[in-house]
Amino acid sequence: MNTPTPVPSGTCRDAPILKERGQREVFCGLTGIIWLHRKMQDAFFLVVGSRTCAHLLQSAAGVMIFAEPRFGTAILEETDLAGMADAHEELDREVARLLSRRPDIKQLFLVGSCPSEVIKLDLARAAERLTQIHAPHVRVLNYSGSGIETTFTQGEDACLASMVPVLPTTDQRELMLVGALPDVVEDQAVSLLTQMGIGPIRVLPAPRSAEAPGIGPNTVFACLQPFLGDTAAALTRRGARMIQAPFPFGEEGTTLWLRAIAEEFGVDEDTFDRVTAAPRARARKAVANASEALRGKSIFFMPDSQLEIPLARFLTRECGMEAIEIGQPYIHKGLVGPDLDLIPAGPTISEGQDVDRQLDRVRAARPDLTICGLGLANPLEAEGLTTKWAIELVFTPVHFYEQAGDLAGLFSRPIRRRSLLNLEAAE
Amino acid sequence: MKLTVWTYEGPPHVGAMRVATAMRGLHYVLHAPQGDTYADLLFTMIERRDHRPPVTYTTFEGRDLGEDTAGIFKQTCQDAYDRFKPQAIIVGASCTAELIQDDPGGLAETMNIPVPVIPLELPSYQRKENFGSDETFYQIVRALARPMDRTPAATVNILGPLALGFRHRDDIEEVKGLLYEMGIGINVVAPFDATPEDITRLGAAHANVVMYPEHAETAARHLEKTLGQPYTKTIPIGVGATHDFVAEVAQICGVEPKKDLSRLRQPWWSRSVDSTYLTGKRVFLFGDATHVIAAARIARDEMGFEVVGLGCYNREFARPLRALAKQFGLTPLITDDYLEVEQAIADAAPEMILGTQMERHIGKRLGIPCAVISAPVHVQDFPARYSPQMGWEGANVIFDTWIHPLVMGLEEHLLAMFREDFEFHDEAGPSHHGGHAPKPSDAGGPAPQTPRHISGTKMDEPRSDEGPAPTGADVMVWLADAEKELKKIPFFVRGKARRNTEKFAADQGLQEISLDTLYEAKAHFAR
Ligand code: SF4
Ligand code: SF4
Repeated sequence: MNTPTPVPSGTCRDAPILKERGQREVFCGLTGIIWLHRKMQDAFFLVVGSRTCAHLLQSAAGVMIFAEPRFGTAILEETDLAGMADAHEELDREVARLLSRRPDIKQLFLVGSCPSEVIKLDLARAAERLTQIHAPHVRVLNYSGSGIETTFTQGEDACLASMVPVLPTTDQRELMLVGALPDVVEDQAVSLLTQMGIGPIRVLPAPRSAEAPGIGPNTVFACLQPFLGDTAAALTRRGARMIQAPFPFGEEGTTLWLRAIAEEFGVDEDTFDRVTAAPRARARKAVANASEALRGKSIFFMPDSQLEIPLARFLTRECGMEAIEIGQPYIHKGLVGPDLDLIPAGPTISEGQDVDRQLDRVRAARPDLTICGLGLANPLEAEGLTTKWAIELVFTPVHFYEQAGDLAGLFSRPIRRRSLLNLEAAE
Repeated sequence: MKLTVWTYEGPPHVGAMRVATAMRGLHYVLHAPQGDTYADLLFTMIERRDHRPPVTYTTFEGRDLGEDTAGIFKQTCQDAYDRFKPQAIIVGASCTAELIQDDPGGLAETMNIPVPVIPLELPSYQRKENFGSDETFYQIVRALARPMDRTPAATVNILGPLALGFRHRDDIEEVKGLLYEMGIGINVVAPFDATPEDITRLGAAHANVVMYPEHAETAARHLEKTLGQPYTKTIPIGVGATHDFVAEVAQICGVEPKKDLSRLRQPWWSRSVDSTYLTGKRVFLFGDATHVIAAARIARDEMGFEVVGLGCYNREFARPLRALAKQFGLTPLITDDYLEVEQAIADAAPEMILGTQMERHIGKRLGIPCAVISAPVHVQDFPARYSPQMGWEGANVIFDTWIHPLVMGLEEHLLAMFREDFEFHDEAGPSHHGGHAPKPSDAGGPAPQTPRHISGTKMDEPRSDEGPAPTGADVMVWLADAEKELKKIPFFVRGKARRNTEKFAADQGLQEISLDTLYEAKAHFAR
């Protein structure tokens, strides 16, 4: 079976990393609740935090999901800060009230925030206690989505990692796919692998707690997202083995990801080609069309979603772009190593952030496209730079073959728009 | 601890950001974790500002706790000064930093920053956004405004407009216009577009015009006390209120109450016969107290509506709102709990809601048209066009905005006449709306506006709207033919019909509603 053509001399894996420490302009891990609560249909996310946390969730949701939100914030008040015993009692009361109103809830996540962590409110203990109170109907777990411990997509990692210890044990040889993707994309992945004869395939997180996958020494797993380091570590601790691969963005990423799994399961070359040939060809064609506006253009990634390195690989190798700087909030080579291997040395790889200094670099480089958070996009546009908001990459189906063209399209649209608009006088 | 799903107001430091972002030459150094930087998007995305808010966050992390978070604050403060060279700095803590008690104000004081550094104490666990804006503006004014000679001619300051405000940008222009007509000059507008240097000149004005008391009343009181400047109490939203405002300003400044009414069209639009259909429309008002109080008067006196419920989310202004509710014979709803508001609206079954973006969603869910009259608002309520709420043009704008969600006069009759036409039916919504018409949530059920709990499960039905929760004996049952008839009534009046009928039946001591009861009730309530 072909292995990926390694880039001959010098890749980004060994490039020096520019580590920065200063103001970060990134959401905290609470944000993950916005998509996680849609994915897990019998789960409720109860943030124990402040009015700021509630306001963040509301603002990050952008389009508020007013229909049945399965999340809320237990806002700490002056009285809760006075004595710890109080806060636990209050929490028990709020949870009891919530669960009686929502009998459909089977999993409750107590989500820690900066305030709850600074006052050392022990949510692990609270979760244990509440599990006992509400067993067997509801299982209560806890994780931190706080801004002092997590950035943006790291919240999903923390959430999934919190579920690992309570997964049932199994000795079955199973493939576990890890990461909360839109159903349509998840179905595509499962269907491709099933056609190769791989199975049983389980997904973490499952849509309902009753369908939670088992885990054991014969489990192998592959991450769907590049920000699931803690989850991967927790799964490894339970005896499962990780399949490393570049992430399934674009035709190449998807093929390499599928191939790594196919190899693990001893799928022969013919079968692999038979299953992937048609969607590969479609993906190549779609990317070729959608990336026309991207060829030869430069791109600068501000650190945001943790998808930056795999996306830079896709945009440089499949869309013909040139990366100037690839920033990620943190770099976990155990996850993004295979993607770094494929990016030729050249771009600055940066970790952490000092937003004002990074903006100085953006202004000096004047990239054709800057990937950044919502707070920075309009100000940069006003300076004549073209931008794409990172958050859309997490909210849109972009993985695997059939979305490869859409993924390229997300980046080319702002560039096309700029060239379409003609707002000057004709003269 | 209180469980919250959606909030009307953010934390108080967001109020401070609204002041800082509105101003020029001021910088805010905020001791806060990285996630709190989300607040930037309120200004750059929702309000479409083309600059980052002038805020530097320390973004301390877990590993910094117990180390030197105070050092991080000082470094950030110094860097921010060096980079932005503001005329003044405000410093403060977000909810998390408040807990670690680094005292940003005290730290900044030790630093020899060569411009005024104004510390903010905003108790995050007690107060909210509007307190934050009011307090911040007050602290800035208190630190910078000094007594000085008055301008020879009559001038005023305009106080209150800030970033992310509902139509503040355009209201300023209207208020300036009203003052101009009277020959009164403008000394300073603040916080909007003002610099710290401008704030030092506030004392030159003869009086202050307070546009939004929730953002500027404390500052205005301070200026009255220390500089002897009286301030206005009337909010010029609506025709009557604008006349009153002109009279008040004229009296304070000792000038003629001159006005130019040539562009005021609202009174004729409201009197013209096409508007007859507006008569007695039952409206529910919710928002910040200032806008709700103004809207109540407009609704009753200038539109001919019937106000069936009103309330506000900012408790600081509960008192004037209560007084107003009393005049209207209503019990005011003072709450920031969105679910409570939804329930109250469902119970009142109004024909239209005048509210915030939250009520817009409530309206969508209940199938009740809604027009937005107050913050919080979303991106579509920051229009490109000129669209004030205050002054004469504001009155015109409000007329148009409020009738837009409604089905228009003759159309309403046609719907009632041909109510079984498969294309031309009420659930298609007003014909001038195209695809985005409000849809009734529950077209088929016996209770057209069934409230939902957060769980999405419907509340027990049927229920009676008045009095205590229904118990077994006084539950009202709709007989099949009456229910069928009820469904034929256009949805925008169905709530009223149902409510009136149930009330009528209850008054008659009935427990069942038949077709006859429905029409007897109709005759009883005919106006
Ligand atoms: S509909 Fe309302 S809440 Fe939803 S995005 Fe628009 S303004 Fe925001
Ligand atoms: S950064 Fe901390 S305080 Fe701010 S919203 Fe996130 S968890 Fe809440």
